Amino acid sequence: MIRVQAEDFDPGAELAAFSTGNGKVGGICMFLGLVRDYLGDHPGQGAGVNAMTLEHYPGMTERQLAAVEAEARDRWPLHAVLIIHRHGRLEPGERIVLVATASSHREAAFQSCHFLMDWLKTKAPFWKIEHTDQGDQWVAAKEADDDAARRWDR
Amino acid sequence: MNVLYFAWLRSRIGVGEEILVVPESVTTTGALVAWLKTRSDGHAQAFADLKLVRVAVNQDYVGWDHPITPADEVAFFPPVTGG
Repeated sequence: MIRVQAEDFDPGAELAAFSTGNGKVGGICMFLGLVRDYLGDHPGQGAGVNAMTLEHYPGMTERQLAAVEAEARDRWPLHAVLIIHRHGRLEPGERIVLVATASSHREAAFQSCHFLMDWLKTKAPFWKIEHTDQGDQWVAAKEADDDAARRWDR
Repeated sequence: MNVLYFAWLRSRIGVGEEILVVPESVTTTGALVAWLKTRSDGHAQAFADLKLVRVAVNQDYVGWDHPITPADEVAFFPPVTGG
């Protein structure tokens, strides 16, 4: 299931709802991403981040996330997939993304969750702009994220 | 043709969306960029380095030789930074 929303979500409630009703599920892996309070490109330098705004491409976002979910389901035996991604203005410490996978065994749950985050970061059309005391700055994409996605090439 | 810009491409061009009548000779994403660059300094600046630009046709990633028609939705944006 894919959800793209401005509102916050409750990870505990999401996890509880995600894990009920399917007796074949033996393991769930969940990743929760938060907004950091420093500039991702220059940690330790420059201004702290007061907030960021996540822009996205409505329609394409859902389409690309659905494609990433389909790829994960093709690669691992999954009983359920949940991707929640927020957009709009977010402050440090706020939840930004949740990915959860459920499988009969832990290995598939761990690997597919990792895969979903790596692919999501390079394929889902979101862009961060950081609001700092020194002005607004679009976040540049990182080579490390491309490398992380490529480890799943086959 | 419906042309969309996101993130700093939108900032440089000044609008997020343009509905354009594109010359018949413009039949690929790459040719569209070459034509868009002639429209304003902002367009020229936004498309100065195509290594920093991604393109989608009808919400799927494509390359610079991908065919386009007047009915398509074409979007330009920087490499993504979500998650």
